[in-house]
Amino acid sequence: MLTAENLPRPPYKNYHEWYAAQDTAHLIRKTQDAENIFRKTGITFAVYGHADSSEKLIPFDIIPRIISAREWRKLAQGIEQRVLALNAFLDDIYHKQEIIKAGRIPRELIERNVAFLPEMIGFKPPGGVYTHIVGTDIVRTGEDQFYVLEDNARTPSGVSYMLENRETMMQMFPELFTLNKVQRVEDYPRLLRQSLAAVAPPGCKGKPRVAVLTPGIYNSAYYEHSFLADQMGVELVEGSDLRVLDGKVQMRTTRGYEPIDVLYRRVDDDFLDPLTFRADSALGIPGIMDVYRAGNVTIANAPGTGICDDKAIYSYMPEIVEFYTGRKALLENVPTWRCSEPASLKYVLENIADLVIKEVHGSGGYGMLVGPTATKKERSDFAEKLAARPSNYIAQPTLALSTVPIFVNKGIAPRHVDLRPYVLVSDKVKIIPGGLTRVAIKQGSLVVNSSQGGGTKDTWVLED
Amino acid sequence: MLGRTANGLYWMFRYIERAENIARLVDAGLRVSLTRAGSSDEDWHGVLESAGVREAYSEVHDKLTAADAIDYLLRDSANPSSVISCIEAGRNNARMVRTALTRETWEATNEAWIDLKARLSRKLRAADMPELIDGIKHRCGLIRGAFHGSMLRNEIYNFARIGTFIERADNTSRILDVKYYVLLPSVSQVGSALDNMQWESILRSVSAHRSYGWVYDGDYQSANIADFLILKVQMPRSLAYCYEKIVSNLGYLATDYGQRHKAHETADAIRAILKRGSITEVMDQGLHEFLEDFVYRNNQLSAEISQGYRFYQ
Repeated sequence: MLTAENLPRPPYKNYHEWYAAQDTAHLIRKTQDAENIFRKTGITFAVYGHADSSEKLIPFDIIPRIISAREWRKLAQGIEQRVLALNAFLDDIYHKQEIIKAGRIPRELIERNVAFLPEMIGFKPPGGVYTHIVGTDIVRTGEDQFYVLEDNARTPSGVSYMLENRETMMQMFPELFTLNKVQRVEDYPRLLRQSLAAVAPPGCKGKPRVAVLTPGIYNSAYYEHSFLADQMGVELVEGSDLRVLDGKVQMRTTRGYEPIDVLYRRVDDDFLDPLTFRADSALGIPGIMDVYRAGNVTIANAPGTGICDDKAIYSYMPEIVEFYTGRKALLENVPTWRCSEPASLKYVLENIADLVIKEVHGSGGYGMLVGPTATKKERSDFAEKLAARPSNYIAQPTLALSTVPIFVNKGIAPRHVDLRPYVLVSDKVKIIPGGLTRVAIKQGSLVVNSSQGGGTKDTWVLED
Repeated sequence: MLGRTANGLYWMFRYIERAENIARLVDAGLRVSLTRAGSSDEDWHGVLESAGVREAYSEVHDKLTAADAIDYLLRDSANPSSVISCIEAGRNNARMVRTALTRETWEATNEAWIDLKARLSRKLRAADMPELIDGIKHRCGLIRGAFHGSMLRNEIYNFARIGTFIERADNTSRILDVKYYVLLPSVSQVGSALDNMQWESILRSVSAHRSYGWVYDGDYQSANIADFLILKVQMPRSLAYCYEKIVSNLGYLATDYGQRHKAHETADAIRAILKRGSITEVMDQGLHEFLEDFVYRNNQLSAEISQGYRFYQ
């Protein structure tokens, strides 16, 4: 919030003045209020592998993260460029594979990748869109300096927190929204529905019928699935509600079977169709891939998009962006060592104490090593795993992340954060001004994942 | 609406209703042990029987004690009909159909779960029982109130109401059937002290010991009690009242959908019996036989509703 001279950074000016006039005890009470709102509403997530696995609250911080309109514009341009490149890349990978032919990406990296689906080769999804919803993870290291950490192009979650955080802030501190002109995020569900309807399949006659597909109430993100269905005003369906009838995907209603045109699925590729992918999946719909290929349903995001947000592919993103857009990438990639390359592996093993090492296919902060904060034993254990299967890992330097203030019982303290803006792709690209700011609640920690004790806060993009 | 959503609404309200009914049964049981000199733990047999869990109870407990019975009925999560299991199942169903519920209804359900889970996770002490029982009824009442005050009167409402009344009818008929023998006409017209206590306990398990007085001028008479709980349409827990509600809610669905199912015929037939009969006829036919037959038909109706409205694949 403050500059080196201990003055509030310009976007924080109004907030800072307001904050100075607040009483700490009052803010502590507000923090508890916020927790009550979240608990009462049931805004929870599940942590797998916990004894009392059912439901946890994500810690919510009451100090918003504030981004100026100017900084946001720059960021948004970079994100749009990147998302367009991702779609072009997917289209190429599943058709002509020019990027491979041009020698910019090794063939085996694609074709031996589990996220690459041969079933998608030669198939063009409705509207030519592969990644309908993207959540790009970004960190800021300084004024106008942003790095992309990850392109979440499969089923990025967390958007319900973006919306509920804003809702909670407006309920608790309405006066802040008169003091600051904050751009709206509330339109997201409406825009999402429009965006999904805009990519209805060719077989859809009339108004497209949209539904959200969830694995069910025991899924960690179930709250979000029901929230989005509710806010969009569409059905929330499970695999067992659906079947393929007369060449369409249809849902079992109290009046009989009714067709669905666009399925926003929050089920992984593997589980989507037991006839095509994992035969033991009870979450999917037998035969949906045939309907998809016949142009009678849209699946969002398209099956096989995982090939573009794989951590091994990530290190090629600067080349990918340049190859398809003809311009240098506006947003930086974090320098990445691919441990599959012997020289890189050697470097990583020698510098393990300074690096963050991640599994290529991992997510959610599981299976990673944060070198600088790990114990000696953790490092040597990890080094063994790494040496045994180098191609399973990548390594990155720890960035000198900028911090933002969070509210703790003694007042304000700095913490590391990242930012996940949400992007909708149909015939146009829409980036919601804001996103989900995740906070490493533990002092000094760099891990922001909710499964690892990270929290969230509201994210404000100011108007000019 | 999805068939699964209709199913979720139906069961959400069956479970909430059941939780409340179990709390009433425990309340009536406690009352008996308070008022009757020399009452024994054996009195809980009937309570477990009314709750439909007597056999399941004896599988996990060698002896019948009041403390164990109460624990089993209220907080044993291995008992699928315990209050805690019902609240958990009701809330899980509510989560599943959350998009069909108003925020008020969902929050009342979620808060009931948070509150009762915390209260029932502790070992129960006799001194806390009245407050706990009240707490359960209070929470269920809040869910019902939020639902009534905020939900649109549409198919969502109808499925929820049908679930409520199928469950309630099942409960009332079980309570009566467990105690049917104390309601059989006795030689003397005036009940013994023991009869009076038993009769009051029946009325208490359906929270009707006061309202009975208003309708029948005070005196406990077995035929009147049976009449009240079976045929009296003004009595909100009577079989007749439940079937008025079931028939009208099924009727709204039929109008809305332009289609009748087998369930409609079954419900109409059951209602006709409850409307036409007098309590003397019922007693003459045999109270036990009547109730047994009713429970069977009520279950059959439940199965027909889930089939007609495609609750399952």
